[in-house]
Amino acid sequence: MNDDVHIIGAGIHPFGRTDGRSGRDQGVYAVREALTDAGIEWGDVEFAYGGSAAAGSADIMVNELGLTSVPFINVANGCATGGSALTAARNAIAAGACDIALAVGFDKHPRGAFNAKPSDYGLPEWYGETGMMLTTQFFALKIQRYMALHGISRRTLGLVAEKAFRNGTLCEHAWRRSPVDLDTILSAPIVNDPLTKYMFCSPAEGAVALVLASGKKVRELGSDAIRIASVAFRTRPEGSFEVFAPSISITGGGKPTEVASRAAFEMAGIGPEDISVAQLQDTESGAEIMHMAENGFCDDGEQEQWLAEGWSELGGRMPVNTDGGCLACGEPIGASGLRQVYENTVQLRGRGGARQVPNGPKVGYSHVYGAPGLSAVAILER
Amino acid sequence: MSALTPIAPGLWTDEAEPRLIGARRADGEIVFPVPSGDAAALVEPVALSRKGTLWSWTTQGFEPKEPYNGPQLFQPFLIGYVELPGEVIVETRIVDASPADLAIGMPMEFAVVPFDDARSTYAFRPERQP
Repeated sequence: MNDDVHIIGAGIHPFGRTDGRSGRDQGVYAVREALTDAGIEWGDVEFAYGGSAAAGSADIMVNELGLTSVPFINVANGCATGGSALTAARNAIAAGACDIALAVGFDKHPRGAFNAKPSDYGLPEWYGETGMMLTTQFFALKIQRYMALHGISRRTLGLVAEKAFRNGTLCEHAWRRSPVDLDTILSAPIVNDPLTKYMFCSPAEGAVALVLASGKKVRELGSDAIRIASVAFRTRPEGSFEVFAPSISITGGGKPTEVASRAAFEMAGIGPEDISVAQLQDTESGAEIMHMAENGFCDDGEQEQWLAEGWSELGGRMPVNTDGGCLACGEPIGASGLRQVYENTVQLRGRGGARQVPNGPKVGYSHVYGAPGLSAVAILER
Repeated sequence: MSALTPIAPGLWTDEAEPRLIGARRADGEIVFPVPSGDAAALVEPVALSRKGTLWSWTTQGFEPKEPYNGPQLFQPFLIGYVELPGEVIVETRIVDASPADLAIGMPMEFAVVPFDDARSTYAFRPERQP
């Protein structure tokens, strides 16, 4: 295996709502941006992976991008669609199958909370009928217990959302571009206790494309390249507590995020203390808090001090969700994980503009989590 | 309430003090509900304890989309997880309580309650003090 694989082009279609443009057209837009950024043509792409959760197959994009006979594999892996596409594209280059590969994710969801079909998740109909099959409930149930066990306050939940909206004001691809103050966040209607409506992200639209290349190709092109130090994608271990769980083991168990995080750090040969900027799955405020610990950046309960001291702010010791995360960008499922990698690429290249993390960040960490209990982590190095 | 049909067969026992029906896997782990399909042959049904402790809880303040199929008009409800000691932690409706009444670790007891005009479902409520 050749692990000298780099991102040489990154493109994004703004997240949010774009009426009149299909999810796949947003994907095409992102691919063109990424190709321009990489300084290559569509015909130079030797392998492509991509997908969406609700906006159709990715390989149809060749109609718009060009009929070059490129092998294009559709990825349908729920919240890990983008992470899976990235993992596959990276591995194709690492395996020596090609020198330039594309990973693309896009989506376009209807308004309102996601509604899942019980049978798609191997669950009985009554589970959905009785109103227990909501992702928002899972996050609330998980943070409710976490707060009780580890002394996290409601105010800290609010600070996470306040930071997200503040970062979003500085980010051109974010959906929510207006600040929301802490009092408004805390006093807003409760969706699922303890989480108010400003503490949840919303389903949205958007697309991200990344062009990956071998080290050989990077030298040939003279690219502004960011090395992929590691990618790790893991499903849940025994005894974990996941979304859509009618029962949980009393013995407790591991978490897919912990497993993926450990694997990614091991593969990169570094630890949490080496990370300069992180994008952590924040489908709601509590998720960012718990994922800080599950990814090894702090101990359980220390997030209270992290948020109070501003350590995860843009100028802090380790900025988290520098583009406003899911809270400010919304969650187009197929694109969301790749957005995190896009943002780290921007930050490590020093192209963040008003939201640039100071002092030349060298190592970026991204983490996505989704149903029915899976996590994907990518570590990038300048 | 005897006129109500259970929301699904096989969720709880038919006895004066009904109990949830879980399933013991070959490795001893108990899950709920009893799995369907081929996995059902690999487990042994087991009636679960009527008493446990509150593991976590939340509110459902807005009407869920389909597949939710509850009564009109929508009434906000509570859900949570209850740990049945030595058995399993089950997700459940919580009844006869408001958010202010709930604290993680408090004792809970099993109940079969109306779901809508025609159907019953299972729930837990804070244990009544003798």
